[in-house]
Order: sequence, then structure tokens, then C-alpha cells
Amino acid sequence: MIPARFEYYRPKDIAGVLSILEEHGDDARVMAGGHSLIPMMKLRMADVPHLIDLQDVGGMSDVEISAAGIRIGAMVTQHDIIDNEALASVAPILREAALQIADPQVRYMGTVGGNVANGDPGNDMPGLMQCLDATFTVIGADGEREIPARAFYEAAYMTAREDEEVLTAVTVPIPKGGYAYEKQKRKIGDYATAAAAVQIVKEGGSCVSASIAMTNLSDIPIYSEAAGAALVGTSVDDAAIRTAMEAMLGDIDPTEDNRGPVAFKKHVAGVILRRAIERAWSRA
Amino acid sequence: MGKKQHYSITVNGKEEEFLTEPRELLIYTLRERLNITGPHIGCDTSHCGACTVTIDGKSVKACTMFVAQANGKDVTTIEGLGGPDDLHPLQTAFKEHHGLQCGYCTPGMITRATKLLEENPDPTEEEIRFGMAGNICRCTGYQNIVKSIQAAAAEMNAAKEAAE
Ligand code: FES
Ligand code: FES
Repeated sequence: MIPARFEYYRPKDIAGVLSILEEHGDDARVMAGGHSLIPMMKLRMADVPHLIDLQDVGGMSDVEISAAGIRIGAMVTQHDIIDNEALASVAPILREAALQIADPQVRYMGTVGGNVANGDPGNDMPGLMQCLDATFTVIGADGEREIPARAFYEAAYMTAREDEEVLTAVTVPIPKGGYAYEKQKRKIGDYATAAAAVQIVKEGGSCVSASIAMTNLSDIPIYSEAAGAALVGTSVDDAAIRTAMEAMLGDIDPTEDNRGPVAFKKHVAGVILRRAIERAWSRA
Repeated sequence: MGKKQHYSITVNGKEEEFLTEPRELLIYTLRERLNITGPHIGCDTSHCGACTVTIDGKSVKACTMFVAQANGKDVTTIEGLGGPDDLHPLQTAFKEHHGLQCGYCTPGMITRATKLLEENPDPTEEEIRFGMAGNICRCTGYQNIVKSIQAAAAEMNAAKEAAE
């Protein structure tokens, strides 16, 4: 498969990126690892007359951990996430999720920024970042602004980022309590049939806070506030988990596709959420 | 738009210079322009890993990288790992342990495995299966691929110890 012709740019800094975006508007796209965009270009489902490769733009490949939170540069790859011991010790859910994304080759190339910015409902990081209440930093001609992950996604491939803006970093508050990222997929490299990200805080045998987000069960990731609330104040027993599952099923809106009919996806979503809650609770 | 550009890529230690369009996929650059036909095209959709090469220390599917992205980089293919007279320990192990049948997936398998063993010189069977999950083989059922990689790891570790 051969993509349509494009003009290729490899600017050395963000100013260079922004000026190309300014000049070409939505005819230009930025690319990090390219493992979402290139397959789409090969299929000619994405038309990118001006392709901006971010590989030479510095300052976006670091993970900084402080008491205030974790700042992950947009060019940090899934492989980097898995490989980073300090990160895995403060936020183990990131490694657990990254290990379930794609395959080893793709994880060397695939970046956190690309995964969250693309707006593909199948990507795992958006739901994960909603669970963790992350904030995305985008930069444009007028400077930087911060957008909460929970307010970033509008529809499939539609996000709060403007065409002339670039997502540069993801900031995550240090997660507390037990965690789990649970994903059902048909095969290695597939997107989720259903996936759940869960963080639970336990005090004196009962749940004091719970955050739950679901992946690939709507055209955007679903942060289910109601599902989390259903666990708070309980001992996360079977009844509480069932209430959380019901609440989650009220928030998702899956469609039928080659991963199965709607009823099946809802069933799998329930199973996956139950497993994720049980595992997170056992670690809390 | 997309006019031919001058590119320079080091492949298996040799600098290659040529003119082409940025949209050319690296796998075609290697196979059709440079006649380096070890990396294969199995799927052309980043699933099978037959096209795996090593670029700047990463295992990369060459069907999912534009030549423009690889400009200025160091690429290693199966041809750079060993030849008929000086097989890489992984090549020897695949040969001895029936790690291949038709051989189509093998260059990608071995290229990926070199990187896996670099990162984890003594992997468990589970770690091998996980680390090789981006490479598909339709012949062997994987059992002998795992065995071959284990044998190569043992061989390489013994050689390293002997050298120390
Ligand atoms: S040909 Fe590249 S992954 Fe199959
Ligand atoms: S040996 Fe035939 S595809 Fe692997």
C-alpha cells in the first residue's frame, strides 16, 4: 500500500512546528511514532498533504516525577513507560496498561502523546488518563493551555485540541491506592473489546474513593463517575460491584462491529470491570 | 508536492545515498531500492513483524515507517547479523532446533530476537513469548522458535562468560 504524496517536515523546535501548522491549517498533521497515522495514510483514509515529523523536536521525551505529580512528555513511548522503574513504582497502572498495548515493535514507536491526542476510541491511554484525572498540555500560537483528560474527548477523532495546537505533555496526579488495567482483546495488537482502568483507595476496610474509566465502548473513552461512586462507602462486596457494573453499563454506548454485537460488548464490559475492581481492591 | 529528496541511511554499516519521495516506505527502500531482501512483507499492515529491522536500537516494522523518518539513521537487517559463513548464534539455533519451516517469518523473528536478548539476556519462556508477540509465524506453532531463542540465549551467555 502506498500513501498519497505529501510534503515532509522535520522541524527542530516547537516554534517550527507551529509555524507549519499555522501556514497549512488542517492540511497539516503532526506525527510522533506514526503507528496510528501511517496505517491510515497507507489505506488513504487519512489525507495529509503536509506531514510534520516531531522526532527532532526536543524536550518532549522526559518523565518527571515530583510530589505534585508526574509529567510525561508527549514523545515518551509505551516502551519508555514500561522500562521506567521509578514511574512503575509511583504509578504502576501506567506500566500495566502499556504492556497491554499493541506489540513490542509498536510500543517502541507508539507515544503517550499520540495515543491520547489521536482521539481514536480504541486507544487505551485516553481512558486510563481519565481514570487518573490527568491534564493535557497543548501549545499553540497563543501559548500553552491545560485541558483535563475528562473534558478532552468530544467524538471519535474529535478533541478539544485545535488543529493548530500540539499536545506536548500529560500530567498525572500521583495515583493513590490499588489499581488495575484490565483489557479483553481478540489477539495481540488488537484494540480492546472492552477495557477498564480502576484506582481504588481503601481505609479501614472500606472504599473511600474509586475512579473508573472504560475504553472502546463508546466513540469516546468513558469516565464513569457513577460507577466509582457506587463503590465508595462499601466494602467492595459483590453487591457493590454489581451496582458499579450497572452504573457503568448506563454510561457506555457500544456499537456493533467486528468485535461483536452490542449485547456481547456490554457483557464483556461487565466482566472486565468486575475483574478490574476485584484486582484493584486486592491491591488497595 | 512530495518531490524527490536526497536521503542518506546507513544499512548494515554501509552508508546508502539516494533520491526518492518521502512517502516511500522503508521496507520498499530496503527491498527494491537497495536490494536488501531479508526483511519480508507479510501483511503490509504492521501486524506480522516479517519486516522487522533494528533502527537506533529499536525493533521497528519497516512497513510502517516512511523513508523520510529513517533519514540519517542506522538500520540493521538480518543481513547485518550474520552470513552463511558466520552465522549469528540465533541463526545457528534456528537452524538446529527447527525454528523455521517455510522461513518467511524468520528474518523478522531473528532480528526481533536479537533485540529481545539484548534487553533480557536470559528470558523465561513466557518472556520470550511476550517479547516476540509482534511476530507471527504460520508454520511452526512457535514451540521451536521459543526453543531456538532459548538455545541461542544459553549459547550467547556461555560465550560471554568464557570471554570474561
Ligand atoms: S509486513 Fe510489516 S508487519 Fe507485516
Ligand atoms: S516458518 Fe513459515 S511463517 Fe514462520
